[in-house]
Amino acid sequence: MRFTILSLWIAVAVSAQVKAPSDEASIRAGHTLYQFHCAFCHGKGDDGMAANLVTPNLVHAPTDSSLVNIIRNGIPGSDMPPALGMSDEEMLQVAGYVRTLGRTAPASIAGNAANGKALYAGKGGCAGCHMVQGAGGRMGPDLTQIGAMRSPSNLRTSIVDPSASIVGGWTMVHMTLKSGAKLNGIRLNEDNFYISLRDGKGKMQTVAKADATKIDRDITKSSMPNYEKVFTSDEMTDLIAYLFSLRGAM
Amino acid sequence: MKYLLLLTASLLCAQAPGDWLHFQGNQQGHRHSALKQINKANVARLKPAWTMQIDKTDKFETSPIARDGVLFISEPPSDVTAIESRSGKVLWRYKRVLPDNVPFCCGKVNRGVAILGDLIFIGTLDAHLVALDASTGNVVWDVVVADYKKGYSSTVAPLIVKDKVIIGSAGGEFGVKGYLAAYEAKTGKEAWRLWTVPSEGDKATETWLGDSYKYGSATTWMTGSYDPDLNTIYWGTGNPGPDWKDDKRAGDNLYSNSLLAIDADSGKMKWYFQFTPHDVHDWDSAQVPVLVDEMWNGKMRKLVLFANRNAFYYVLDRTTGEYLLGKQYVRQNWAQPELDGKGRPTRLPNTFPTANGTTVYPNSPGATNFQAPSYSPSTKLHYVMTRDEGGVFYTGDDTYKEGSWYLAGRFVSKPGEEATGAIKAIEPKTGKSKWEYPMSSPSWSGVLSTAGGLVFSATADGDMIALDDTTGKLLWRYPMGGRAFANPISYVAADGKQHIAIACGHALFSFSIE
Repeated sequence: MRFTILSLWIAVAVSAQVKAPSDEASIRAGHTLYQFHCAFCHGKGDDGMAANLVTPNLVHAPTDSSLVNIIRNGIPGSDMPPALGMSDEEMLQVAGYVRTLGRTAPASIAGNAANGKALYAGKGGCAGCHMVQGAGGRMGPDLTQIGAMRSPSNLRTSIVDPSASIVGGWTMVHMTLKSGAKLNGIRLNEDNFYISLRDGKGKMQTVAKADATKIDRDITKSSMPNYEKVFTSDEMTDLIAYLFSLRGAM
Repeated sequence: MKYLLLLTASLLCAQAPGDWLHFQGNQQGHRHSALKQINKANVARLKPAWTMQIDKTDKFETSPIARDGVLFISEPPSDVTAIESRSGKVLWRYKRVLPDNVPFCCGKVNRGVAILGDLIFIGTLDAHLVALDASTGNVVWDVVVADYKKGYSSTVAPLIVKDKVIIGSAGGEFGVKGYLAAYEAKTGKEAWRLWTVPSEGDKATETWLGDSYKYGSATTWMTGSYDPDLNTIYWGTGNPGPDWKDDKRAGDNLYSNSLLAIDADSGKMKWYFQFTPHDVHDWDSAQVPVLVDEMWNGKMRKLVLFANRNAFYYVLDRTTGEYLLGKQYVRQNWAQPELDGKGRPTRLPNTFPTANGTTVYPNSPGATNFQAPSYSPSTKLHYVMTRDEGGVFYTGDDTYKEGSWYLAGRFVSKPGEEATGAIKAIEPKTGKSKWEYPMSSPSWSGVLSTAGGLVFSATADGDMIALDDTTGKLLWRYPMGGRAFANPISYVAADGKQHIAIACGHALFSFSIE
């Protein structure tokens, strides 16, 4: 117990020390660093293929300490890599700049979110694959917090061109087994010997690769269909308004 | 008390056949065990004998030293632990307190310790060399090898050569001035230091634009080899600084990305061979040189084998440095597939990093990296853990500032492709693979061959595997359940059993046959 308390004390002490700077020179330096290290994926903050940073509450980084920690170490299991080539001071400057993005006014967005919700559940059939607040399918990413993580333009791209950016961990695999059976599913894990899949019914299976005669992986192709022609222009705007309104637990 | 007796006995005994006394098992870089209790016929019965967990979360890259029933390992960042090798019980621990804000590149890691007599040696992340009493872990001496505030650190396992400890440095991403240094084992007194980039007035400065050699890096962060007959140390050097934008360092940038042959007594360079002149992809030649004596075109020659990060496999005469063979062994698109008559690559156009990114194979981690290779004298094959992955290389702007990152660019993995890898059994005479064992994702683990006809390694996902050394057929595996960044060794424990040991995840595993 002594050690637990000691560890906790250290953690508190460290987090208390981490405060992203807000002075103009630091923010400017952070912006320059951001352009080089971050903009490739995050764009200007709300128009990249990675998480939307133009939000007051970053899902993975509620505190400056956790933001610096993510910049330093990345997010394991995601496409967010650790920073290479930034000093502690520079990571703080980037964090300071990212916090300024969250202080800009939230994007006012056209469309009727209530209509969008109905389209999501009805015409789009989105819940067949995606989950919101624990309800829905598991073949695609959970959308419970998607509005806090993605920009409207990024959401639109994902709907009309799903393969434009594929979130790590959602690779579709097609296998033919020696028995002749065919398996399709989202890849949950793969190593030299096994592949684990979740099929369309949510069933998880682990198969020895030695038992397969053919394994195809959709590395660059999303399993999500293109919905561009499913919705009218107004419906698309409503759907995006609904998705953008999804900000986490109720 | 029992352990103390055991340790005392160990200090009095000469080397036993079941010991593993150097990073690579011997000074010639072979990582081959002459033990054959575990062999093709019984390896299917190999089981974990024990697991020893560490309380660190940094990558665990150690390669143990084994002597008379005790394993000596490093733990991240710069700690040392002595372990009874039959039971996995800890005998002592040395914990180093590091200063705040030690600059380091790629994790707070260490790849192993060295042993000579009653002393254990570790290079530390704050660039010290420390000698510990092998029976207590007490510090016998502790010397500053370089100033960590300038970006120097030591992650390399030192090499013992006669009465000296040879220690290199990391820091190639901080624009340091690279070196290899020798210290008297008994006293910690510096015996010599060879700078791996030229100093003012040296002719080799002409291979650098202006005074860019001052920040030239060429660090020495992987263990080299030693030939007692020639009294020569062979050691690879890393990238020139800055890594990716090259306009301020036009020229070949000697002695970056080279193999250096060094007189063990004086520290003077006998010859060098530069694999990648003017590197712009961070393809350090920080791989283990493998020394073998073999027939070459009808004549017995002293050779050095070198599977390089730049995707070419090299054979040199280690007496003279003469280039004998160079062969592409992993996918690459940066150079003509044939090297010129002196082993120099011919670059292809449009392969330099740019502001908008240039796609090149291999990626920055290269065709192989710090995964230690092995060489079996019975199969005469050089076993190498390889990577196959493309990268996109970008230039950026960095001005040298002491102790700060000096990269001038970055890289990302080529989007839309999944990296793979393979263990390749390379025939030195041709540079071709006799067999390949594929990896679904590239592993950071090295390779051990044994007289039992086996090749041991670990997959990226931590499956320990044993392959047939002549065919590459999988004979045994055990899922260790962590990421592997380390190299396997073999030793005999107090019960007379052969063990195979490897660090994986945050634990050390030791396998034997029940």
